[in-house]
Amino acid sequence: MLIRRPPRFAMNDRDVTPQSSYMNRRDIIAGLTAATGFAAFPQTANAKVAGPETYKPLVGSKTKYKVEDPNAPWKAVTGYNNFYEFGTGKDDPAKRAHTLITDPWDVKVEGEAENIGTFALEDLIDFNALEDRIYRHRCVEAWSMVIPWVGLPLGPILQRFAPNSRAKYVQFFTKNDRKQMPGTRWPVLDWPYREGLRMDEAMNPLSFLAVGVYGRVLPNQNGAPLRLVLPWKYGYKSIKSIVGIKFMEEQPDTSWNLSAPREYGFYSNVNPQVEHPRWSQASERVIGPQTGLRGALARRDTEMFNGYADAVAGLYAGMDLHKFY
Amino acid sequence: MLALKSLLAWLKPVFFIGLSLPALWLVWQWAMLLGGFPNDLGVNPIEATNRFLGDTALRILLITLAITPLRDITGIVALSRLRRMAGLFAFFYVCAHLSSYLGLDLFFSLAKLWKDIVKRTYITLGMTAFTLLIPLALTSTNGALRRLGPKRWKRLHWLIYPAALLAVTHHYFMAKGFQIMPLVHGAILLFLLGWRLIKLWRHQKP
Repeated sequence: MLIRRPPRFAMNDRDVTPQSSYMNRRDIIAGLTAATGFAAFPQTANAKVAGPETYKPLVGSKTKYKVEDPNAPWKAVTGYNNFYEFGTGKDDPAKRAHTLITDPWDVKVEGEAENIGTFALEDLIDFNALEDRIYRHRCVEAWSMVIPWVGLPLGPILQRFAPNSRAKYVQFFTKNDRKQMPGTRWPVLDWPYREGLRMDEAMNPLSFLAVGVYGRVLPNQNGAPLRLVLPWKYGYKSIKSIVGIKFMEEQPDTSWNLSAPREYGFYSNVNPQVEHPRWSQASERVIGPQTGLRGALARRDTEMFNGYADAVAGLYAGMDLHKFY
Repeated sequence: MLALKSLLAWLKPVFFIGLSLPALWLVWQWAMLLGGFPNDLGVNPIEATNRFLGDTALRILLITLAITPLRDITGIVALSRLRRMAGLFAFFYVCAHLSSYLGLDLFFSLAKLWKDIVKRTYITLGMTAFTLLIPLALTSTNGALRRLGPKRWKRLHWLIYPAALLAVTHHYFMAKGFQIMPLVHGAILLFLLGWRLIKLWRHQKP
């Protein structure tokens, strides 16, 4: 019997391909196989979510920020949302975000400010001074949920970095990790996810940094451990899992604007009069506590600035909101 | 020969049941929802219904187009007899998809529908695909085939190719960002259409 022993210099593909790259290839093939599994039913977005008791409680002080309508149920807030870093399905975040490692968590602060550097989450957020805020969350896809957040106002935290006079804007970055966030292996958007605000918008008392929801720490799928909440803007402005903050003189890039500038402007204020090119923004589906047919059909008219005009309309005085959408 | 005959005998009913399952599942889920029981439609049942019907319609359209290549590869000529059923199921799911949009999203406002058709590219594409499929469904009977004659009937039914291309494009333009599923559907469609082009080209070679 002839036993072929390859000489030591004769390497094959297997020897020169790092394991991580072919493991990754397997994931892609598995994904494609699953995707093309025509035998299987098309999926509906319906994730089984872990109950609130799974998450560590957080205590926030009661505030005046409330909404007339009842809160959306926990299962809606944590089981139906967009977080494309974990896939484009509404239930993908709930199903797949468990791979995200949120402890330890650092935020890199850079740009036009005196006090820049890398900060640990605990140094940014005083967990003994948290506040409750109930806001209406309006997704650009024309649905809304009333959500009770826990966190701190954004403005005072940004002030601690002492932005200088050239700081006209602030940009935020989401973590971008192909291992922990499988959705970033496909270029749905130009990763990392980026968002931005004018400084006066960021300093507005409504701008909020959330670390929790429903009196519990944020589940990974909701942007743990640190996310923005900007209730007068479409949901995608409220960037999740923040690892970077950059003070800038020029208006920063934002991911959705880079992807489709006609559809997603820098401001992205909720405005029932300015249509998304592909659908109307005049009304929204309410995802609330109602079940059955009434729950399925529940809708409401969308309000200017999502009902927060009193607090934010002044920021845009004199601007043509059809042009600066 | 006997084996083939018995194959045919169970192939059609099994195929019929298979293509009915998505509709039966959806009806069951809605029954549960209306009765106030737990169901798999999630927290946005109307969106879930519309997406489910659209995906199913598109996939059955692709299955319809896959039958001829599958027949060529396997040599099982009997597979051709499933084509009409698959095509009609695709049309049924397209109608259900459109109805759920018109009824559950627009609350039967034809004015809103018209506005959407004129204004929104992906809806223009989807409605065009639907319109192209109507004559195919209407002429799917043996009688229509006889009346038109096989040549004209065949030429008319080529409309399924532009309809499928429009349906995939409709899906592509509906999705936010650069998503993978419309591309997967598109790649499958291009393969199925490419197969036919190569066959045509080989036939025409002297």
